[in-house]
Amino acid sequence: MPLTDAPRIVTARIGVPESWRLETYVANGGYEGLRKALTMPPEKLVEEVTAASLLGRGGAGFEAGRKWSMLRKAEPVYLVVNGDESEPATFKDHMLLENDPHQIVEGALITAYAVRAARAFVYVRGEFALGLERMTAAVNEAYERGFIGPNILGSGWSIDLVVHPGAGAYICGDETGLLESLEGKRGFPRIKPPYFPAVYGLYDAPTVVNNVETMSNIPWIVLNGGAAFAGLGEGRSAGTRIFSVAGHVKRPGNYEVEMGKTTFRDLFYDPACGGGIRGDNGLKAFIPGGASSYWLGPDQLDLALDQDKVGQAGTMLGSGSVVAMDETTCMVRAAWRITRFFAHESCGQCTPCREGSGWLEKVLRRIETGAGRDDDLDLLLDVCDNIAPGLTWPPQQTTICPLGPSIPSSIVSAIRMFRDEFLVHVKEGGCPHG
Amino acid sequence: MARLSAENVQRARNLIALYPVPRSALVPILHVAQEQDGWLTPEAVEHVAELLDLTPAQVHGTATFYDMLFLEPVGRHLVSICTNIACMLNGAYELLEHAEEQLGVKAGSTTADGEFTLEEVECIADCGRAPCLAVNWRFFGNVSPGAFDELVDDLRAGGLAGDVPPHGTLCRVRRSVGLEAAAWDRDPE
Ligand SMILES: Cc1cc2nc3c(=O)[nH]c(=O)nc-3n(C[C@H](O)[C@H](O)[C@H](O)COP(=O)(O)O)c2cc1C
Ligand code: SF4
Ligand code: FES
Repeated sequence: MPLTDAPRIVTARIGVPESWRLETYVANGGYEGLRKALTMPPEKLVEEVTAASLLGRGGAGFEAGRKWSMLRKAEPVYLVVNGDESEPATFKDHMLLENDPHQIVEGALITAYAVRAARAFVYVRGEFALGLERMTAAVNEAYERGFIGPNILGSGWSIDLVVHPGAGAYICGDETGLLESLEGKRGFPRIKPPYFPAVYGLYDAPTVVNNVETMSNIPWIVLNGGAAFAGLGEGRSAGTRIFSVAGHVKRPGNYEVEMGKTTFRDLFYDPACGGGIRGDNGLKAFIPGGASSYWLGPDQLDLALDQDKVGQAGTMLGSGSVVAMDETTCMVRAAWRITRFFAHESCGQCTPCREGSGWLEKVLRRIETGAGRDDDLDLLLDVCDNIAPGLTWPPQQTTICPLGPSIPSSIVSAIRMFRDEFLVHVKEGGCPHG
Repeated sequence: MARLSAENVQRARNLIALYPVPRSALVPILHVAQEQDGWLTPEAVEHVAELLDLTPAQVHGTATFYDMLFLEPVGRHLVSICTNIACMLNGAYELLEHAEEQLGVKAGSTTADGEFTLEEVECIADCGRAPCLAVNWRFFGNVSPGAFDELVDDLRAGGLAGDVPPHGTLCRVRRSVGLEAAAWDRDPE
């Protein structure tokens, strides 16, 4: 039972046998969007996508149409599709890369045509071996059928699309880290300004960077019109979106639901989604938008999946990953594990991020293992405040990229929501959860 | 011989042709080198540097940044267990402990027979099937301790050879189209 009667836009072919093959894709309406797009002037496509209010699905939620309009006027222009998906508990792009690579190719081709790109790249997270195989096979097939290459479908327009493997580094998901990586270097994020991709991107050329799921929406928008997409969802949060539901739910998985009209409660409890908390336990807290987001409590379950409303609640929808933590969860341990992730992934360019993440991880571990000190909570908050002064959302930026200022989210959430639990750890010299 | 074979040099040339700037092919070529030897030998690093007109230090500098590129030998099977949040909530640390006992090595090391390297990794984006792991980047989900034992037995016996190629082989599908013709959209500069 679908939650609302919105169509499945990006997951329509998930579950269809051999959904990754060109024949399957074409038999299900594939490449019709490209055919139509090539009959339209590029500016008209940008208008349609702007009218759709397609918010980027990679984390920052910037409107795709506006991004395409902001390119510095210079040639060449490049398109880079971000398939690096490494935000903890996000697993939707992985699914799309493996199961519907042609939808990504088609979305990328239409986008490349709309922004007059000279070449398109799909950066695929290195660990996604099958995703790389499916994407490469899709490019081979599409090229042979004349969807990629010179004079596409007789239109006179030509482009090549290159599948590029990463090699394991979360920071390469950040758009400027990704561009450095695509240039064959370490994935060190670049300083903005001036290095906004639209201004100085790949090889210092104006560049569009869009997420895999963002791209996957484009063929549908071209075929059905921006207004049809904007008619779904609420306000700016238009259309549908995939949420990766994980943690202590009965049915973890990727669920495409209508934005704005669906709630966190639906994601966790509806039988068509998470199906409830395991063992019918109580829900203690949840992570609404990836490891970088502030947590929410059960009192916020009826919050709509609306980018702006979740922002007003002091956190974000981020990468579309929601993690349920039931009543048996040790919140010190949860915050520690997320912090350890950041400590491992910090690229090391900025002192607050590099040093702060390591200290925080050590202090949290000490509390969790029972060696915590009375003033450790203050110490944690003090270090967090040094990384993101004021501890507000969105965080103040003290570093080159947003990774650093994201580190405090889980720690500050855990302390604000479960202070007693930290105190018990320190007083009793260990975890009451065993 | 740990320089790239003639066939792999050709693969490297094909990769370079796909990019407006040759250095962009560095990581893809390092994957080819790693596929050849299972890890990045000093000779391969030097050879890749030659092919791209870089110094070995530049290649080394890039390679050391990435978790998947190994500058020391790795077991034939790289077992990567995720312990990040979704997996941790579903028993990943218990699985990791079991794996360490079963293989007789701590995370970060290789069995004496060179068959298995065990490592603890960050989220591998298979969280819907937590706890999960990858063997040479082929994914296995909902891994109970019993399932882990079976998996190890199968790998030892070569029963999964079709699904799990030796360490270093990432993408078994090669780009077959528009290789030499990639020049048609070359930027004039
Ligand atoms: C540390 C960090 C990691 C990121 N990881 C990803 C990622 O894996 N995939 C992604 O699409 N965007 C990621 N982003 C967001 C990108 O910088 C960028 O906003 C996005 O790719 C733009 O595409 P969109 O507008 O279609 O969302 C990350 C950002 C940061 C700061
Ligand atoms: S904030 Fe952290 S990850 Fe981002 S550039 Fe600075 S050190 Fe690197
Ligand atoms: S948290 Fe383990 S795969 Fe994502």
